[in-house]
Order: sequence, then structure tokens, then C-alpha cells
Amino acid sequence: MKDFSNLISAIEITNKTNAKIEALVNYFKTAPNKDKLWLIALFTGKRPSRPVKSNLMKSWVMEITKLPEWLFLESYSSVGDLGETIALLLPNPENTIEKPLHVWIEELINLKPKTDEEKKAYVLEAWNGLQAQERLIFNKLIGGNFRIGVSKKTLVNALAKLSGIDANQLMHSIIGNWTPNSISFEDLLNGTHINYDNSKPYPFCLAYALEKELPDLGAENDWQVEYKWDGIRGQIIKRKEEVFIWSRGEELVTQQFPELVAAIAQLKGDFVIDGEILAIKDSAVLLFNDLQKRLNRKNVTKKLLEEVPVGFYVYDILELNTIDLREFSMEERRRKLEELFQQETDELLQLSEVINFKNWNELDALRNEARSFNSEGLMLKKKTSLYHVGRKKGEWWKWKVDPLTIDVVMIYAQKGSGRRSSKYTDYTFAVKNEDKLVTVAKAYSGLTDKEITEVSKWVNKNAIEKFGPVRTVKPELVFEIAFEGIAYSKRHKSGVALRFPRIKRWRQDKTVKDIDTIESVKALIDAN
Amino acid sequence: MKLIKFTKKGIYCIPGKFYLDPWYPVDYAVISHGHADHSRWGNKHYLCQNDSKAIIKHRLGQDISIESLAYNEPKNINGVQVSFFPAGHIIGSAQIRLEYKGYVVVFSGDYKTQSDFLTTPFAPVKCHTFITESTFGLPVYKWKTEQELQTEIQDWVLQNQQNNRTSVFLGYSLGKAQRMMSLLDGVADIYVHNAINHLNNAITNSGIALPKTTLLTPDFKKAAIQNKIVILPPALLGSKMLKRIPNAATAICSGWMHIRGNRRWKGVDAGFAVSDHADWDGLLQAVKATEAEKVYVTHGSQAVFSKYLNEIGIEAHELKTEFGDDEMTKEGEGKKETA
Repeated sequence: MKDFSNLISAIEITNKTNAKIEALVNYFKTAPNKDKLWLIALFTGKRPSRPVKSNLMKSWVMEITKLPEWLFLESYSSVGDLGETIALLLPNPENTIEKPLHVWIEELINLKPKTDEEKKAYVLEAWNGLQAQERLIFNKLIGGNFRIGVSKKTLVNALAKLSGIDANQLMHSIIGNWTPNSISFEDLLNGTHINYDNSKPYPFCLAYALEKELPDLGAENDWQVEYKWDGIRGQIIKRKEEVFIWSRGEELVTQQFPELVAAIAQLKGDFVIDGEILAIKDSAVLLFNDLQKRLNRKNVTKKLLEEVPVGFYVYDILELNTIDLREFSMEERRRKLEELFQQETDELLQLSEVINFKNWNELDALRNEARSFNSEGLMLKKKTSLYHVGRKKGEWWKWKVDPLTIDVVMIYAQKGSGRRSSKYTDYTFAVKNEDKLVTVAKAYSGLTDKEITEVSKWVNKNAIEKFGPVRTVKPELVFEIAFEGIAYSKRHKSGVALRFPRIKRWRQDKTVKDIDTIESVKALIDAN
Repeated sequence: MKLIKFTKKGIYCIPGKFYLDPWYPVDYAVISHGHADHSRWGNKHYLCQNDSKAIIKHRLGQDISIESLAYNEPKNINGVQVSFFPAGHIIGSAQIRLEYKGYVVVFSGDYKTQSDFLTTPFAPVKCHTFITESTFGLPVYKWKTEQELQTEIQDWVLQNQQNNRTSVFLGYSLGKAQRMMSLLDGVADIYVHNAINHLNNAITNSGIALPKTTLLTPDFKKAAIQNKIVILPPALLGSKMLKRIPNAATAICSGWMHIRGNRRWKGVDAGFAVSDHADWDGLLQAVKATEAEKVYVTHGSQAVFSKYLNEIGIEAHELKTEFGDDEMTKEGEGKKETA
């Protein structure tokens, strides 16, 4: 497992995708074929289910180290990762065990049905034979995310570099139906188990943010205007009775949206359409936050399907009955799209509405209204535009609504996880409520690494409560937060709920005296 | 009568009328070691260990009023017997022992219990009251031995050379830089930044031998340092100077690098957990060896470490101080050195 452990070390230290790809390629050049297959399986959601509960592992570590539970938890909260905390707390190993990756994984699969006592004996022996870094890998093999920033896309790019095979084809191959015991590494790369002709996607056409005044765009009639949606941009392919859904990140996400697959399968004809995957309930588009619950799940449960149903708003058509339409104009493509959707379709699939307008000056009001039904603003597409590869200036524009902002003070801080586990990155903010403070939002990111480091230092110095992961801090640091919408809420103590709050900037020029009041925040609801 | 009290200016010895590592200017400062958060400007008189003297004068000015003692050489100040014992933190670092009418207080300053190739090894001192640091006061911190570190770091340099890369280490210029020099001695030519070079000169001029290094001048020739070793202060991470180094592989050397998240945070090529502070076991050993009846825990994980000491039957209290606990920036190595 040394090679695999070295690979993980090489990948985790860098944030450069190319360096990650290079490390993966080097690994693929030398590792045993079985190990390669397992590596691909681990990073594509095909890992075996957890054989040992994390609570058991925790209790064994406490037994071995004789540490009290609070100190274990304090360590965990500082390290930010359970597998790593365990690896670091254990005493140095007395033995050396060296086995290839696939042997470890197969042993762990066999461990699953065993008794707790047998599991304990196995795990303790492994811990006592591995150095800290390998021990961490072993713990991660049992369960938990590697958090090393290797997406399917990165993996596929490495395999493409290694083999010279088209990356999208490889994406289909690794997502396809295989297990490490059912296929050879060669066959997996060559895609003997798939039919790539059916799944092959087109590159997405993208828009620039609007940087002109509307009248400078020319005649109103030359433009097709639609609402902009904040979901997952997706390309749905139906060829020869097979359905594939690609995300803009060039990942195959078909399995995550079974209801879309079913709805598309009912349609007649072969086609490739472009649109937005959105969480839609009772005909209303939900927030991206809701949609997120549906992403990267290994199993899409019935409960989840009911809780967050999805739909697809169709923007464009790229291929119809094997004919590539990308050289057709937007206007013609739209006509063909409308023709295709004249057949009876499931209501999950909706054509993106084309907005009727006569004058440019009508659009600003429409854009600002968009927020009220969770649209992000408007899209302006030239009717003569072809479906380009990537971005082409002047043809497609996105025109987003301006976010709302308020000034708030930080009252709690919490450490992040993974790369951010050493710093306080997650903050809770409050506004004034007469002479008290009331929580209005939790947010992370939006600050530079340097600012996060500075804020973390400040938190260390100004923490009032010191145990556990959350620090209560003196209300001193003022931030401007931006958000997409605001509504009254009974679930929140403040009586308001913000949509997508995030830090816009750190207002070092302001003090807690300058922050917003709950009244001024509520006034935004009525104004919007 | 109490021997010490904790004041806004720092730890004060009441009968001795002097302060230990004060944060604000006082008349008489007894100094544990040369780092800027322990040895500050503006005191009227300084007392330190012999090997710290040149360092402190280099940093605070040649004209300061300063005297020094050897380890275990007592000095009577207003009836209080003051002496220094090795702290193993950096060259000249000392625990400060105070004895008054048979009562003994030891202030640890910063320390590490593990020996390195450079500093006088830490020596435990029995006392009634022990004031300890706790920078790495969590059981996840467990350092490798100096030999293990040496192998790991030298292997990294050799591997870089195979890939035609220059090995760049970032570590603060007083302490970490010299420790890295001792770990890297003999593996390749070592180039050091001006700030480190100045300190090296101050140290060698006072008669302490250091591994051989070359000054990295701002107009350095790229060909000359290709595949060699460069040591820079941490503030130079992301600087133009660093970017000019051909094919640099960059490593940070700090105890915080023990945790993955920290290694990844900085966006460097490697992180080595080389610390000049005690790890968890080191802190526990040190506290137990003093046999102190009362322990005050300062800078770092004081809440966690003091709670744990109390649970294992050692009376401990938290003490808020203004000593830094960030190995990366503790010297305030800021723009002064990047310029």
C-alpha cells in the first residue's frame, strides 16, 4: 500500500490539478492492475460499504490510548477528520505490514459480516503494522472521504493522458456498469462494457456576464430573452433508447436523476438537449441549496425523491435524429425544440420560457422580479447565434440580479474541514435587536486565505468559550454579507431567513455600532 | 509572601522586582530566549543566558544594557536566586528558575524535550510551581526523532535533485533556520536569506559553530542555486524572490505541518513537522519531572492541557499571556524582511 499512500500524499499536498494528474499517471504506470481498478472504484463512488462503524473505531482508540472522551473529541475538532485523528492518536506501530491496495480492500469486504470482536482483532493488528500516513489511508479505506480533491474529471484526465483515449469516453467507461472483479484495466479503458457512440456529449456553449447597456445590443427583435436559472446545467442525450445526463463539469450524472431518465425515455425520437436541472416542487423552482441534497448520492432514496423532486428546463437542442444542429441559428434550433416538445411530455420537462418584450427598458424590472421566483436574472441570446464551443463574446449574455447586502457582526466561529480544518472558516453572524444581538445567518468562504488566517488568529485570541468545535467570540468583527433573497420565517429566531448568504467583504472600517438592525433587515423583505 | 504575580506587563517577581519576558517596557527583564514575543524592545536592563546575548543584541541593538549567565550559574537579585536551565528550544534558550526562601518557581519559556543537533538538550528542573507553554498541547502531536526527520528531509532533497528541482525551506530565521541547516548539513550547498545570514553571523561571532552556508543575494544567479538548498523566512512565501528560484520545490517546516489540513492550506510542495516546541508527550514528561505542586499553563492549548493535568491529579491553571503560539509567524517576520 506504500505506493498508494505516496500517491495520496503527493495529491493532497498540491492544489494544482496538473500536478494531481501527473501523480495519478505515475501511479497508473507502475501499480498492479487490480490496484488501479480499485483506485478508480474508490474515486468514482464504487467503494464497498463500510465494514466497521466509526464509533467502534473511536472506542478502540480510547481504549488503547487511555484518553478521556472529551480529549478525543477536542483532538478531532482540531484535526477536522476522524480517520486522521485516529491515525495520529495511536502509538507508533510495533510491526510492519505491507500488502497491495486490493488485498486490503478485499480483506475489508470480507470483514463486514464478522463479529465485533473479530473486527477489533483485525483492525488493531493493522493499526499496529502501519505508519501514521498509511494508517490514515487504512482508516479511509474503511470509510470516509479522502478529501484530496480528485474529481471524476481529474481521474478521467489522468487516464486520458495515460492511454490517449478520449476523456468523455473514459468518463462513460468509469461511470458504466463494472466492478474491479468483473473487468480488466485494459478493457475498462477501452470501454468494452459500454457503447460510447450513444453517450457522446457536445461541449457546452457558455455566456459572458453582460457588460454593455441594453440599447447597445441593437434591435430588441434580434434577441431571445429567457430567465436564468441556478441549478445544474445539463445535457440530456437520448440515442437508441439509452438516456445519458451530462453535467457541465463533464461528469455523467445519469444515475442521480432517475425521474428525469424516466421522463426522457418516454419521448419519441433521438436527441441531445441542453438545459438546467432544478429542484421543482408544486411547479415552483426551489433553491440550489435544496438541489444540493440530491447531488453525489450513492443511493437516491424514495424519500429523497419525494422531498426534493427535480425537473429539467430545456434551453436548446443540439442534435435531432442523428443530425448535428449546432450550426443552425438559435431561432431555428428553438423552432425544432418546440416541435419536438409538441408530443405529450411529462411535466418534469419544461421548455424555458421565451420572454415577450418590446422595449429594452421593460427588462430591468423583469430582471429584478426574477428573484421572487428563485430565478437568477435573465439570459440574452442572439437569435442568429450558433451553438458555439465554450464562450463567444457578443452572442450570449447573462444578466444577473444584484444581491442584497447587510452589515453584520460575527458571534460564533467554527473550524472548517479538509484543507480548511486548521482555520476558522465558518461564521455565524448577528444584527442588532435593540440592545441585544440576534443571529441572522451562517456563512463561509468569500474571504481570501490571508483574511481567513487573520480572522482565525483573531478568533484564537478572542474566544470566550474554548471547548468543542464552536468558539463564541466577542462581537467585534463586522462583515458585509450578500444574499439572493430574504423572507419571513418562523423557524428562525430572528424571524427572517436569508437565501445563499455569503461573505462579500470584511468591513475593517466598521464597528459593531455600524451594523444593521433587525428592523432594517426586515424592511428589505417588503422592498423586494 | 508570594514570589510571583501575573500582571498586565507580564510575569512579575515580587521580591526580586523584575519581570520574566515582559510584554511592555520595564526596568529589569529576565529573558528566556531571543524570539521577538519573549524578548521585546524598550526594557532598561536585560538578563539572559550567555548564548542568547549576541542574538538579543543583534535584534534589539548593540547598545542595550544586557548581562548574561551560563546555564546553572546563579545570580542573586534582591534576595531572589535566579538561574537558567536548558530549554532545548533554540540556541541560548532557557527555563528561568527562581528561588526565594526555599520556594522554587520555574518558568519554562518555550521548550522542547527532544534533542536536536544544535541546542543544549532540555533539562528538567524540580520546583514547587511550574509555568509551562502548551503550543502543541493535544495528543495528536507526536514528533519524529531528529534522525527520522533528517532521513525524511534529506530524501526529499535528493528526490528533488533527481527531478532537477531546487529545494526551498521556509522557516523562521531565528531557530528554525539554524535547525534546518543542521538537518541538511552535507547533503547539498545551503543558501540562506539575508535575515538568516545576519543571525548566523551574530551566532558564530559569539563562538558557536554553525553549518556552512552562503548568502543568497538579491541578484543571485539562477544556475548557481539550481538543485541546491535555499532557506527563507516564512514571510517570503509567494514573494518575487521565491518565484525567481528555478524549479523550486517548497517546503514549510513547522509543528503545525503535522496535520494534513495545515500542509494543504499553504499550497506548498511539502510540509515537515519540525518543531522547536514540545509535543504532547514532551509536555507531560516535562511537567511530571518538575514534581511541581502547582502548574500554570500558558500560550497554546492552555484550556485543554490544564484540564487534562487536573484530571490526572496535577493542579493546573490557565494563564493568559501575550506570547505567540504560531510557529509560522511568531517572530513578526513581516515586511521588514521581505524588503
